[in-house]
Amino acid sequence: MEYLLNEQQKLVKNLARKIAEERILPVRADLDEREEFPWAIMKDLADSDLFRIFVPEEYEGLGGGCLDLCLIVEELSRVCSGVAVTYAASALGSFAIRQFGTEEQKKKYLPDIAAGKRLTAFALTEASAGTDATALRTTAEKVAGGYVLNGTKQFITNGGEAEIYTVIALTDKTKGPRGASAFLVDKGTPGFSFGKKEKKLGIRASATIELIFRDCFIPEVNIVGREGMGFIQTLHTLDWSRPGIGAQAVGVAQGALEAAVDYARQRVQFGHPIIALPAVQTILADMAIQVEAARALVYAVARTVDSGAKKITEESAMAKVFSSDVAMEVTTKAVQIFGGAGYMRDFPVEKMMRDAKITQIYEGANEMLRITIAAELRKRRGRRE
Amino acid sequence: MNIVVCLKQVPGTTQVKINPQTNTLIRQDIKNIVNPFDTYALEEGVRLKERYGGKVTAISMGPPQAEGMLREAIAAGADQTILLSDRAFAGADTLATAYTLAQAIKKIEGYDLVICGRQTIDGDTGQVGPELAEELGLPFIAYVNKIEETTTGQMRIQRMIEEGHELIETPLPAVISVVKEINVPRLPSLRGIIKAKDAIIPVWTAHNLGVDPSMVGLDGSATRVVKIFFPERVRHGEKLQGDLEDQVASLIEKLRKSRVI
Repeated sequence: MEYLLNEQQKLVKNLARKIAEERILPVRADLDEREEFPWAIMKDLADSDLFRIFVPEEYEGLGGGCLDLCLIVEELSRVCSGVAVTYAASALGSFAIRQFGTEEQKKKYLPDIAAGKRLTAFALTEASAGTDATALRTTAEKVAGGYVLNGTKQFITNGGEAEIYTVIALTDKTKGPRGASAFLVDKGTPGFSFGKKEKKLGIRASATIELIFRDCFIPEVNIVGREGMGFIQTLHTLDWSRPGIGAQAVGVAQGALEAAVDYARQRVQFGHPIIALPAVQTILADMAIQVEAARALVYAVARTVDSGAKKITEESAMAKVFSSDVAMEVTTKAVQIFGGAGYMRDFPVEKMMRDAKITQIYEGANEMLRITIAAELRKRRGRRE
Repeated sequence: MNIVVCLKQVPGTTQVKINPQTNTLIRQDIKNIVNPFDTYALEEGVRLKERYGGKVTAISMGPPQAEGMLREAIAAGADQTILLSDRAFAGADTLATAYTLAQAIKKIEGYDLVICGRQTIDGDTGQVGPELAEELGLPFIAYVNKIEETTTGQMRIQRMIEEGHELIETPLPAVISVVKEINVPRLPSLRGIIKAKDAIIPVWTAHNLGVDPSMVGLDGSATRVVKIFFPERVRHGEKLQGDLEDQVASLIEKLRKSRVI
């Protein structure tokens, strides 16, 4: 399919593929098995300037857009979703600085993020607040010169490994979502520690951990934007990042499709490679159609984001929901085509199936996002657009 | 440190076909790559530059399309490149190649070190490095696997020999050839690729070099390729007959006859 990528996008895609095949492929099974954080690969990505893509040129980045980021995430995820999400989480964790940060905050943090010297993380989820982000309990109490954070964040991707955290906490408990604010917290700040590291079904190379704040003092200069803007900033952040989850889903589905085709070509039953069986052909064709449709949607939405469109909630949710459902279906079918072998950890498709599942859950559960899309439909009809 | 790295573009496959009429490589449909051993040479040059300052000049003799490879060298950290390209250079053997490279390197001011890969994967001779050192009148150390230290005019390096390592101190300038154990070449960077795209790759011809035409290309070659062929594979297998004991007895007799046991 011709997606009319520009020079830089082709370059970025090829480079990400090269790194994925040369550096990630040889170690992906091991990273998954040992649940090991992929530091060596993060260094490769940094040395190749891939962290610069999502940082503006003024701050030593390359000023790429949402589509550039999606291309990288897709290529990495085609080989290992755990590595891909580790990279993507750093784009997510730095979004608030890029979009809403002060000049000082940008100057302080972005060059190091662009160089890949410091990873970032975005901390919203809590035990009581997942899909319902309004049920936050972590508080930020105003004191002289800053704020004091108290509370626990759960399931934080890149937690423990990242150096910079965007943390959402309530500055005014009485105002509900309108009382939330975003703070930049450096690793090593007194009162900020890490809790349990999660053992996961998939994306096991990525780190998922609890963040614990106990009377953690954050200087005033580290609030992002104004008090009370945290919830709005979060919605913007997720609108921007969801196409990336879509790309992650497309990548893992593409990897599973390729593996299934290769296997079907060489697996002989009844005297012929199983790809000669109509039953297998139909499955493979359906997989290919689904993957391509998901990719087309993700790229189209990423381009919409890059066009500067103000309102992208609906489109970005669509890209995430559709692609993640495709990823789950396609990876499951890949395991089916592999048969018994597919169920074994000696082959890559069971990992892909485990890795795919999370894309239906995080950055907004698909059910919630469908409701969001429906709400937008209703509003739009109401406005007679 | 002012470092020169020699690179060669080679066919990127080990299943090269040979035209039986002309005894030359069939180059259609073969993707050219940087000779893999040369990538270690380039990486080591770039690392030395990062450690001690200076610049890296990547040099190659080859057809005009070798320009693409030199752009890759810039993406991988080379500061400048020179492509030696002229019809007069065609058909060169290792002697003529070393002569031509030496004439070009002599024009690079104040170089401290010339790094080559241990050999190419197409010609496989490993001769250009030592011949180049001879042409330049410089010391040559082959199979370097570690550069320990560089001080002004001096370098301590380690090289691989059959049963271990040798530590060598050499005055500079010198020519070395490196083995793959010396480093892991970096991946290209986006900023490097962007820089490489706009880089100017100067092309030096025989005229620019002012070389003696009888010393370059086919005319300057001391050797001629008479024939290239695949050695015929002859298998002298034999299946032993009889029951197990007969087979063992006959095997032992055969081994005794051939003095294996």
